[in-house]
Amino acid sequence: MLKKRIIFTLLYDEGSFMLSRNFRLQKVGGLDWLKRNYVFSRITLAIDELMVLDVSRGERKIEAFTECLAALTEECFIPITAGGGVRSVEDARRLFTSGADKIVINTALFTRQDEVRKIVSLYGSQAVVASLDVKLTDEGYEVRMKNGGHPVEGLIEESVRMALSLGVGEIYLNSIDRDGTGQGLDMEMLDALPPDIPVPLILTGGVGKAPHFLEGLRDGRVDAVATANLFNFVGDGLCRAREELLSEGVDLPCWNGEISESLRNLFRRAN
Amino acid sequence: MRGKRVVVVDYGMGNMLSVLNAFRYLGCEVEVTDDPFVITTSSCLVLPGVGSFRKAMERIRLKHLDKALLEGVLERGTYLLGICLGMQLLFDFGTEEGGAEGLGLLRGIVERFPEEKMKGLKIPHVGFNTVSMSRREGLFEEIPEDAGFYFVHSYRVSQRRKDDYNEAICVYGEPFLAAVQRGNICGAQFHPEKSQSNGLLLLRNFLRMSDHC
Repeated sequence: MLKKRIIFTLLYDEGSFMLSRNFRLQKVGGLDWLKRNYVFSRITLAIDELMVLDVSRGERKIEAFTECLAALTEECFIPITAGGGVRSVEDARRLFTSGADKIVINTALFTRQDEVRKIVSLYGSQAVVASLDVKLTDEGYEVRMKNGGHPVEGLIEESVRMALSLGVGEIYLNSIDRDGTGQGLDMEMLDALPPDIPVPLILTGGVGKAPHFLEGLRDGRVDAVATANLFNFVGDGLCRAREELLSEGVDLPCWNGEISESLRNLFRRAN
Repeated sequence: MRGKRVVVVDYGMGNMLSVLNAFRYLGCEVEVTDDPFVITTSSCLVLPGVGSFRKAMERIRLKHLDKALLEGVLERGTYLLGICLGMQLLFDFGTEEGGAEGLGLLRGIVERFPEEKMKGLKIPHVGFNTVSMSRREGLFEEIPEDAGFYFVHSYRVSQRRKDDYNEAICVYGEPFLAAVQRGNICGAQFHPEKSQSNGLLLLRNFLRMSDHC
């Protein structure tokens, strides 16, 4: 049986990491801030996957982003997912060569479908995650592209089916309404999905404490829960949340930080 | 201060960054090469890779890396660790894309997961799954019971029952070979470099064994 996953999502904007609330961004700090407030080798032991998204609203500087990605993941021995502004095979290639195991595609699912198909055929379904930003309206759950600003045609069910038809290997659903609120995941969104999604489903938006992870991961339809909130789990918050989930019987992999630490530089030796 | 020297074989299949990072974390000095001479004379070899078995073997043969690997492993007793596709290449034959012969260092055939036995499970097998080991020694020393490791693959070697193979088994629809050791020849179908403390332990075991030869 495949295990469930906790994903930590970092939002990057021109050298800074951001806090997002209902998709409005607020600068928190740079790589130094992140390293000061999160002991990185410890944080990765609380999670099963790291996602880094370039959410720059202006012109994206992919060079600086890929450098940051490589620096972040140097001692991060879990799968790495990267994205933000991926429009072409070339964009995808740059992220893969900078350490990404998977890439995230959002707006291009709607605007550059041929490129998405090409990326899938070159790197495989398992390496492509479709990210859908979802907003609850009077009509139902709608998907919005371009940083959550532009509604796409139809409801969430159609968007998910369309993404699956492009061959993506995972679906990442983010609630715009819950984003950054810490009020818990929108579990009702799951009822609006096609019943037979044949790929793993990641749910995010609104996780503020351990019970929110629990609610998501206990649902049979959910394979992973992600959080992007840099303040809710600062310090060892994520480690404690993970322990709570493991004690509740959630089937997550068990990591041992003491072992990882004891192995550092084990084979470095005097001349 | 210098680190233990590890030679990573580069035959142009897939991204090796995290494999290099993992060995560097353990304090090793890593050399990436496609030079047959460096491969033959190394004492510790890693064969990574993702992608097609057939293409990989074509590239390895084209660069004459097969002879270098066999000479090192069989004649000089060099420790070799194949990761993911790299483990599959250690076996006799892979059926992907019409089939191709592998390096033949281990007995077995690499085939796609059989759809009929998958009971609705998805192929590729992607994610963290539990691995069980019969003997917690050699490559598997001190690895915890039911340790989780990260897998991404559609092809696998079926479970084998050979006493001289130290094996780790994973069940996904059916049991298959998750990792294997026979003397100086080691392989992991999963990605130790993506499996945190469990994976680092396996890499440590590999490095330690190659130290003592």
